[in-house]
Amino acid sequence: MGATLEIRNLHVSIDETPILRGVDLTINQGETHALMGPNGSGKSTLAYAMLGHPAYSVDEGEVLFDGVDVLELEPDERSRLGLFLAFQYPVSVPGVTVANFLRSAINSRRKQENAEDPGISIPEFRRLMKERMDFLDIDHSFAGRYLNAGFSGGEKKRNEILQLAVLQPRFAILDETDSGLDIDALRIVADGVNKLKGPELGVLVITHYKRMLDYLNPEYVHLMMDGRIVESGGAALAEEIEDYGYQPFFEKHGLEVTEE
Amino acid sequence: MPKELTVEEDKLRELNTEYLEKYGFHDPEDFYSIKSEKGLSEEVVRWISAIKEEPEWMTDIRVKAYHEFLKKPMPTWGADLSGIDFDQIRYFVRASEKQSTDWNDVPEDIKNTFDKLGIPEAERKFLSGVGAQYESEVVYHKIREDLEQKGVLFLDMDSGLREYPELVKEYFGTVIPYTDNKFAALNTAVWSGGSFIYVPPGVHIEMPLQAYFRINTENMGQFERTLIIVDEGAFVHYVEGCTAPVYSTASLHSAVVEIIVKEGGRGRYTTIQNWSNNIYNLVTKRAVAYKDATMEWVDANLGSKVTMKYPAVYLMEPGAHGEVLSIAFAGDGQHQDAGGKIVHVARDTTSKIVSKSISKGEGRASYRGLLKVYPEASGVRSNVVCDALLLDSASRSDTYPYIEIEEDDVTVGHEASVSKVGEEQLFYLMSRGLSESEANAMIVNGFIEPLAKELPIEFSVELRRLIEIQLEGSVG
Repeated sequence: MGATLEIRNLHVSIDETPILRGVDLTINQGETHALMGPNGSGKSTLAYAMLGHPAYSVDEGEVLFDGVDVLELEPDERSRLGLFLAFQYPVSVPGVTVANFLRSAINSRRKQENAEDPGISIPEFRRLMKERMDFLDIDHSFAGRYLNAGFSGGEKKRNEILQLAVLQPRFAILDETDSGLDIDALRIVADGVNKLKGPELGVLVITHYKRMLDYLNPEYVHLMMDGRIVESGGAALAEEIEDYGYQPFFEKHGLEVTEE
Repeated sequence: MPKELTVEEDKLRELNTEYLEKYGFHDPEDFYSIKSEKGLSEEVVRWISAIKEEPEWMTDIRVKAYHEFLKKPMPTWGADLSGIDFDQIRYFVRASEKQSTDWNDVPEDIKNTFDKLGIPEAERKFLSGVGAQYESEVVYHKIREDLEQKGVLFLDMDSGLREYPELVKEYFGTVIPYTDNKFAALNTAVWSGGSFIYVPPGVHIEMPLQAYFRINTENMGQFERTLIIVDEGAFVHYVEGCTAPVYSTASLHSAVVEIIVKEGGRGRYTTIQNWSNNIYNLVTKRAVAYKDATMEWVDANLGSKVTMKYPAVYLMEPGAHGEVLSIAFAGDGQHQDAGGKIVHVARDTTSKIVSKSISKGEGRASYRGLLKVYPEASGVRSNVVCDALLLDSASRSDTYPYIEIEEDDVTVGHEASVSKVGEEQLFYLMSRGLSESEANAMIVNGFIEPLAKELPIEFSVELRRLIEIQLEGSVG
C-alpha cells in the first residue's frame, strides 16, 4: 500500500485575505493529478501552503500525509517526510553549489533517520549525482554551479527536476513548471518528470496549459476556481478547458470572471 | 559572580571545553616563570626591555612610545572602548626562558598543547616553518633547512632583534611609527613576540609561513609585533590563526604588523581571528608596496568583543597593487569594526577592497574604509565593494567609506549592498529538508564564498565550521 496525501477543507489566507476557501483533494502515491485554473484562483497558494510557507496562514482544514497532519510541521520536516515542491520561481543562493546544497539536503534526511549518521560519503554522493544527471540528460557541470545564480529559465526548472530526482520524495507538487519555457525546454523538463513517475511517486502538476499534460498524461484533472476545486475529471476536462477557456466554467459555477 | 552566559558564549565554552579535554589547554599558572605586575608605568616598560637585554635604542623607542601612549586620547570615532582598563592588564608574561630551535627542547606541557594542535604533522605537510606564540613569547621556532639555505629569516621578533639588530633597526617603526595611534604607541612600548621575516631578492616561498597565536592567562594582553620584509622580486605568504580559551574578564589584544614589499615583490598576509567574546582586538596592520610590487591582506574576523582593524597598503611607486579582502562576523554583543585602507601615493597604481560582513542577533558589523589618491597620482584604478548581510531584525550594519581623491585622472568604483537573509531563500532551502539554522549557515557561507576561497583550505574549512557553530540552534 502506497501513502496517501489527503487535503481536507483547506482554508488559507494571505495577510487576512482569504485565498483558499475549502479545498478537498486526495492523491495516492503512484498517481498523477493535474490542477488547472485561471490566474488568482489559488493554485500556487495551495502549493506553498502544502510546504508551509510562513506568509500563508491556514485558517481551517487538514493536510494528512499517511495520517500525519503536516500542517503542524515546519517546512523542513514536511520535506523530510517526503513532500516536494518544484518552485515556479526558484530562488538563487549565490556561493552555494547545487552539489553542496543537495548533499546537505540528503544528509538532513539521513540524520532524521539516525542522529549518529555521519552523512553520505563524497564518493557515494558523486555516484548518485552522476547517475541522476545522466538519467535526466543533464550536463555534469550543473553540480558545480551556484544554486540558480545566473541560470536561464529552463535551467532553473531542470534544476528543480534534478532535485526531485536526487531527493526522491513520495509526493511532488510541480508549480507551473512549464511556465516561461519554450517548446524544447518544456519537452526536456516533461521528459524528466515522466522518467521519475512510477508507483513510488505521487504527482500534482499545476499548470495553465494542456501542452504539459499531453506529455505527462495525468489520470486526474482538477479545475480550481475562486479557491475551491469546482470540477474533477480525466483528460476530457483538460481538453474542454483548452478548447473553450475558463469563461464557460465561470458562468457554470456562478462566479465572476477574475482574469483572462 | 559569573554573569549569565549567552547562547554564543555557551557554544564557545563548549568548544573550548572540547579543546581543554582534547588538547589540554590551561597549563598550570606557575609555569610562567616571569610576569609583570598589573598596570603600566615607565618602570614596567624599562623592566620589559631590560629582561630582554635589548639594545639601548629599542629601550628609548619603548619609553618614548609609552609617553606618546599616555598623551594620546582614546579614539572615540569607532567602537566603544570604554570597557578597557589599562591598570588591570599584565603587560608582560614569559612562557619559557629559553628559545627552542629543536622540537625536543620545547617544554613538555607546551609541547602537548602544540602536539594536539597538530603542528608537527602540519609542518611536515605544508608549513615552511613554525612560529608558535605561547603567551607573550615564542617558545618554539624552527626554520626548515631549505628556507635557511635560501637566506630566508623566520624568527620570533625578540630573536630577530637579538640576532639581526641592524636589519630590525632599519625598518622597525618605519611603516607604523609609534606616533600613529594610541594602540600602536602602546604596542611599541610593551611589545613581545610576533614574527620577524626577511625574504631575500628573488626568493619565492611556495608554502605559507604559519604562526599559531593564543592567549592563555586571564587579563593578559598580547602585544605582538611583526615585521616582514619582502625584498625585490620575492614572494611570501604569511598565515596567522588564533584560538583562545574563554575568560571571565576583559582582555586586550593589540598587535602591530609592518610589511615592506620592495620592487616586483609580492606579500600576502592571511588572518583568521577567533578571539573569545571578551577580548578587545585592536590591531594596526600596514604595508608599503614599491614599484610593481603587490601586497594582499586577507582578513577574517569572527571573535572578540570589539575588533578595530583596517589593514592598509600604501602604494609608493608606479605599478604597485594593493588588495584588502575582509570578512567580519558579528554575533550577539560583538562589534566588528573592520575594513581596509588604500593610499595611492604614486601614479599608475591599482587597488581593490572587498569587504563582506555578517551580523547576527544584536551583533554589529561596520565597514570602515579609506581610499586616498594623492595629487598627481594619475592613472590610478581602484574598486571598492562592501556587502553586508543581516541575519536578524536586531542586527546592525554600518558603512563608513571615506574617499579622498586629489587627482582627476583616476578610475574609482564603489559598490555597497546590504541584504537581509530573505524569507524566500530560507523557505526554499528548508523546503528541501534543511533546518532553519542549517539554511542560514548555508546562505552565510555562500555569501562569504568569494572571499573564503582565498583562504588556505584548512582555514576555509575552519571558518565554515565556526560560522555553523555560531548559527546552530540560535535562530528562531
